[in-house]
Amino acid sequence: MKNSSRRGFMGMAFGAVAGVGAVASLYAMKRSWDPLPSVKAAGFTTLDMSAYKENELVTEKWRGKPIFVLKQSKEMLEKAKKNPKDLERLIKIGDDHFMVAVGLCTHLGCIPGYNPDEESFLCACHGGMYDSTALVTKAPPPRGLDIPPFKIDGNKLVLGEAGPEYKKMLETGVTLKV
Amino acid sequence: MAHFEKATSVHDWLNQRLAIDTVRRVMATEYWIPKNINFLWAMGMVLAVTFGLLLVSGIFLLMYYQPNVATAFDSVNYTIMREVEFGWLWRHVHGVAASVVFLIIYIHMFTGIYYGSYKKGREMIWISGMLLFVAFSAEAFSGYMLPWGQMSYWAGMVITNLFAGGSLHADGLVEWIRGDYVPAQAFLTRFFMLHVLLIPLAILGLIGLHFAALRIPHVNNQDGEEIDFDAEAKKYLAGDKAGSKVIRFANDFMAKDMMVVAFYLFFFFYLVFFHYDFAMDPVNFDPADGLKTPAHIYPEWYFLWSYEILRPFPTDPGLIAFAFAQVIFFLLPFLDRSPNAVPANRRGLFKIWFWVMLVDMIVLTAMGKLPPEGIFSTIGLYAAITFIALWVVLPFITKLERKL
Ligand code: HEM
Ligand code: FES
Repeated sequence: MKNSSRRGFMGMAFGAVAGVGAVASLYAMKRSWDPLPSVKAAGFTTLDMSAYKENELVTEKWRGKPIFVLKQSKEMLEKAKKNPKDLERLIKIGDDHFMVAVGLCTHLGCIPGYNPDEESFLCACHGGMYDSTALVTKAPPPRGLDIPPFKIDGNKLVLGEAGPEYKKMLETGVTLKV
Repeated sequence: MAHFEKATSVHDWLNQRLAIDTVRRVMATEYWIPKNINFLWAMGMVLAVTFGLLLVSGIFLLMYYQPNVATAFDSVNYTIMREVEFGWLWRHVHGVAASVVFLIIYIHMFTGIYYGSYKKGREMIWISGMLLFVAFSAEAFSGYMLPWGQMSYWAGMVITNLFAGGSLHADGLVEWIRGDYVPAQAFLTRFFMLHVLLIPLAILGLIGLHFAALRIPHVNNQDGEEIDFDAEAKKYLAGDKAGSKVIRFANDFMAKDMMVVAFYLFFFFYLVFFHYDFAMDPVNFDPADGLKTPAHIYPEWYFLWSYEILRPFPTDPGLIAFAFAQVIFFLLPFLDRSPNAVPANRRGLFKIWFWVMLVDMIVLTAMGKLPPEGIFSTIGLYAAITFIALWVVLPFITKLERKL
């Protein structure tokens, strides 16, 4: 009897030590899979916004992701003004309006293609579509393309830094955080 | 201490230390197999052999492959394919085996479903089998990343994005899995580790479990007959080999199994030498480019049916349907409410269920390969709904079944 209760105690003591050890090592394992600091730090891209042409899609790169930049023409802007959801997605720099967004479909991350004649994007993976401000017009994508954190600096745009215009977009739900 | 005597032979020496006679009796000569089974019961052995082919060819690929985003593509497409003597052989064996193994797994699964080999004590065989299916799927996916071509990259992107859970937006989880914002070096090295070590270890363990699960219930037979293995074994050992319903696993049954394996290997090496291209996606011969999506992204043929269940729906319902498709086969032994473990052709409505399910999965596979437009989208949608509906009705139609 005495023997077995001593064994019971040893079992419990071992269980407790092993339990703590298991939790601690799981935590270490989880952290080992986190993105490295060097990966996280390499996160800023500066764009010179005076270089873009109207209705010509340019793909830049930020954090390894493609970034769409589409300078809006007069007609595109007129069209966007009819729908507040379109207009609030555009970034105004000087007198120009730009669509700047992460070029990965919000469905499962393919890169949609731009058709300048129809002024719309088509994602070939599952047939999703977006208009010229990258607002979704056909499912399966659940929402428009996400807008990366940006800060306006004269006629430059710094990606990766959150300026007041971007923060407002986040608050009003125009885009999700990426 | 145990008592050892001077050995009379090498066999005796080993037998005293490892009890090899007992092991052989338990595992082979007195492991009983019913006589009334057909070539479909050789598929398990065919799978074991194919796994062996994957292992051997993989070991040779591993000696030249470089898990680095800058060099991976060339280490496969240049070093292994052009420089290494017979490197092409290992690569084609590995690629063809990875594709064919799924064909055999599907045949093996549908054999089990047809003959009701997943119930009446065989539930653990089924569950361990499904775990093997999941492990093989993970193994195939992680291996597909390694050549770091366009399909590797974009399949990696799309599949890891599934873990964001649609509008749950678990982007942190996705970045954790990748170790980066997009698939990059951390992603490649960890999938390399999974592919060459962790998942193969799990597969070996699961094959052990699968075999152990077979030991007590024994394999089923093509007549749904309940065999008293002890009584039949006694009859056999007493000399009535013709009257007994069972034979020894080895060497008697193995001889038949290996016959099927031999035919299979002819077919297999025919593919390796003359038709390996079906297992190599042309798009994957372009190096990975994070700024250019291929025109059509589709998975390898064996994932198409579940991909097609994801595709016709908006994000959230699509993900739910996809998750459903991934796990529902696990529940087969519990959703089938009928007491009969007999071939489907004697089970009334279940017979129809079986054939509709088989055809539906073939239709889903075909639609998954075609671009998601017009009539194909529509057919895909109905096939996906049919798949879900079949599982919903299964408990009811099997409940109605009369006991045979
Ligand atoms: C590579 C993976 C696999 C290997 C190596 C393997 C191997 C085997 C072997 C050697 C047998 C005995 C011979 C036979 O009946 O064919 C067997 C039986 C069986 N396996 Fe698998 N198997 C694998 C995957 C699966 C999967 C994915 C399933 C389905 C979920 C499954 C379900 C079954 C069932 C139900 C039986 C019993 C058949 C009966 O009693 O008639 N197996 N397996
Ligand atoms: S990834 Fe674009 S529609 Fe699915």
